[in-house]
Amino acid sequence: MLAHLPILQVIVPLMAAPACLLLRRPKLVWLFTLLASALAFIISILLLQQVMIAGTISYELGGWSPPWGIEYRVDKLNAFIAIIISGLSTLVLLASRTSIEKEISADKHTLFYILYLLSLTGMLGIVTTGDAFNVFVFLEISSLSAYSLIALGKDRRAIWSSFQYLIMGTIGATFILIAIGLMYQMTGTLNMADLATRLPEVAETRTVITAYAFFIVGVCLKLALFPLHLWLPNAYVYAPSIVTAFFAATSTKVAAYLLIRFTFSIFGLSFSFTTLPMGTLFLTLGLLGIFVASTVAIYQDNIKHVFAYSSVAQTGYMIVGFSMATTAGLSAMLLHMFNHALMAGALFLALAAVTYRVGATKISDFQGLGRQMPFTMAAIVIGGLSVIGVPLTAGFVSKWHLVVAAIGKDWWVVAGLLLLGSLLAVIYVWRIVETAYFNAPMTGKDSVEEAPMAFLFPIWILASANVYFGIDTRLSVETATAAAKGLFGVAP
Amino acid sequence: MTMILGLYNYWVVIVLMMIGFYMIIAHGNLIKKIVGLNIFQTSVFIFYISVGNIEGGSAPIWDESIILYSNPLPHVLILTAIVVGLATTALALALIVRLNEAYGSINEDEIQAMDNQDMVNHSLSNQHRDEEPC
Repeated sequence: MLAHLPILQVIVPLMAAPACLLLRRPKLVWLFTLLASALAFIISILLLQQVMIAGTISYELGGWSPPWGIEYRVDKLNAFIAIIISGLSTLVLLASRTSIEKEISADKHTLFYILYLLSLTGMLGIVTTGDAFNVFVFLEISSLSAYSLIALGKDRRAIWSSFQYLIMGTIGATFILIAIGLMYQMTGTLNMADLATRLPEVAETRTVITAYAFFIVGVCLKLALFPLHLWLPNAYVYAPSIVTAFFAATSTKVAAYLLIRFTFSIFGLSFSFTTLPMGTLFLTLGLLGIFVASTVAIYQDNIKHVFAYSSVAQTGYMIVGFSMATTAGLSAMLLHMFNHALMAGALFLALAAVTYRVGATKISDFQGLGRQMPFTMAAIVIGGLSVIGVPLTAGFVSKWHLVVAAIGKDWWVVAGLLLLGSLLAVIYVWRIVETAYFNAPMTGKDSVEEAPMAFLFPIWILASANVYFGIDTRLSVETATAAAKGLFGVAP
Repeated sequence: MTMILGLYNYWVVIVLMMIGFYMIIAHGNLIKKIVGLNIFQTSVFIFYISVGNIEGGSAPIWDESIILYSNPLPHVLILTAIVVGLATTALALALIVRLNEAYGSINEDEIQAMDNQDMVNHSLSNQHRDEEPC
């Protein structure tokens, strides 16, 4: 049983999805989905434990040995990302039943859970597989279900943003497919470990450089890295709130994982950062992303838009860590991925609670919410502080590591800019705090109550996780550093 | 000359890819966009298939008289990709139907204009609400 964990990680949610159809009754389906997601979470914890003790796990699908058969390969990096995805998915699911009551018509509830599970399957599949073509297939599984989930939103703009995401996402995925094809053409293999050993021989050819270029553009579309982020804000705002919470916390992390995996494990450090000037390119895009997206966030009227643009900015921080190409920079990036999942989960779940009680998330709807929904608002404040990077929150830890890594490379200007970027976050978070705590409720909204427990429970788990991982950083920092060291081939 | 004639399959791929990509960007009609997306994906399929082909190679069915086989793996991969492309097209068409029901149009510019109009109306009604005496 334990030997089959890597495949169970993917199979459990995949098989659970069609099984939902048999259960029919929405409440049962919800419990079942929750169970499947929790099981996936337990599996990923077990996997991380195994990997930490025994090193990389290689699982041969159907007993065909790699590189001919498909291999699932779990190392510290995969296991770390899989925990983020399955953990956040489980927490978000806790609140989903209450949230979709008001946002999705009752006959579509079962379908919602099926799509949710398929999307989870896709993400976990991308993370565990060791086969390049499998990545494409799982990417499309998660994307196709994502488009449908977004289109479930009440507003008609949800369909429109889903369609725009579909066009962008398909172009991105097809670009990745082209990249995989070119790599296969040069090496004759699809296995990631095998690719890694064969690519250096042909690395100087134009085909491989083209493959990398296609891959980078494709994955950056999925990552919503500035300036390819245009699909993200509307998709996040008009999707059902619970879907937004799920995707904001997980989906860009998967794309970031792909970027790390292909760049560091397959194409190799010297190819991407010495032969090609990826360091400078990513540094520029990352910094631009931080400043442009944070500035746009300040001027948004809808709080979901604010945090959607904030997510784009946080991706910028991750990419700056990536561009350093050092162990310190990479572990700061991984740490920020983990911490941002916690912040985004807490914030968007709290926004889902606000949507549930108030019906909308315009800035004007927040007037007086500080008194009407004290626990939800407190969670938004904690999440906001974490986004800014105030000490004693998780956001501080990762930004601290990022700045230290920048200084370690003698990038003083970059370190300064990273801190300056946080000041922009102060502005947009303060707007919300000011409206919620220093304004009386709008007329006609006097009867707004605190969110139900179904929301408060997961919101507060995530909010306290934001504080916990801001104080006790052993677990998160150690795992992130070990994963980063593993990528650089240094024994931890 | 060999650059053009010898590698003609790649030129076909590139030309199709650019046609598809151009259609996605330039056409306002959503159905035409999806047609473009399909052409774009098809070009990648042709690319994979031509990569797998070996000149003079036979289909990968074992027989003693055959020495040279084409590589079947890219073809199998592309079967998967075709299915994915089909699912994408189906979903996109379903979304277009829903868009047509919601907006009464399948033109990108018109839908965008209606969305922008909604935004303006919404902020106007907000102002009205603020001006009303409490």
